Amino acid sequence: MFKSEAASWFRIYEMFQFQSFHMYGIIGSALFFGVIMIQFIKKFKLKSVFGEQINIPDKDKSFYRYMLGGILFGLGWGLAGACPGPMFTLIGAGFLPILVVIFFALVGTWIYGLIMDKLPH
Amino acid sequence: MEWIFKPWPWYIGGPMIAFVLFLLLFFGKSFGMSSNLRTLCTICGAGKSTRFFDFNWKTQQWNLLVAFGAIIGGWIGMHWLSDEIIVQLNPDTIDQLHQLNIKSAGAAYMPEELFSLHALTNPKVLLSLSLGGLLVGFGARYAGGCTSGHAISGLSNLQLVSLYAVIGFFIGGLLMNHFLLPYFL
Repeated sequence: MFKSEAASWFRIYEMFQFQSFHMYGIIGSALFFGVIMIQFIKKFKLKSVFGEQINIPDKDKSFYRYMLGGILFGLGWGLAGACPGPMFTLIGAGFLPILVVIFFALVGTWIYGLIMDKLPH
Repeated sequence: MEWIFKPWPWYIGGPMIAFVLFLLLFFGKSFGMSSNLRTLCTICGAGKSTRFFDFNWKTQQWNLLVAFGAIIGGWIGMHWLSDEIIVQLNPDTIDQLHQLNIKSAGAAYMPEELFSLHALTNPKVLLSLSLGGLLVGFGARYAGGCTSGHAISGLSNLQLVSLYAVIGFFIGGLLMNHFLLPYFL
């Protein structure tokens, strides 16, 4: 995350400006291998190290929660320039103001838990 | 070995992310970083206020370990594996950011105007970071996942709903990036 610069605010800005292939290359190549891997796992019913069959649950079928939640997430991603994975990376790298972002991400998660029953899903 | 100290190209970073997904599936787990935010809420006692957080967080210890690994990875990347930590951006991007008063573009890893301790004394920066975090946390849970859960795991598993979520990520991101960001910097 750190070394491929996916944790850099600048790279996220550049991505949304469509001015570099870098982030699309990272996500695209991860997906390329991810799709092949999961098809392979499903086709050959591979087992995990614990001997259980690897089971990848399908997500709930719905539209609103994914689109509305996605847009809100995207607004935050475009502003803070970090999604939840790189947030942790940035603590380690010593960019301490990310702690403010993480604290409020926790507050946001908590607010969701409080009002989830009132939201369209 | 010289290359390891340089920034890693996308064709190293992307496949490494896929490898993390493979390891997690192989150990019977799933790849989703934002679930850790829910777990951390539970550890802080949010289970008393609402049932969404009322679960045994110890079942999620493995995922917290992944997050801890990301912290260690960030530290190693910063302190051991880097001789320069400047992101080589598109010159057009640098120009645009300079116009937005982000002068550290092209000369740093993170914008000093947002992510230095000095910047934190600016109330506007504090507000932007707080709002960004709030939206990421709320949006990730509402959408049932973040970049790792939807854009990587979900799309890899050919889930249509993850495509909705990722389209949402980009609608929100483009809206912020092209129209709203100048007001927050």
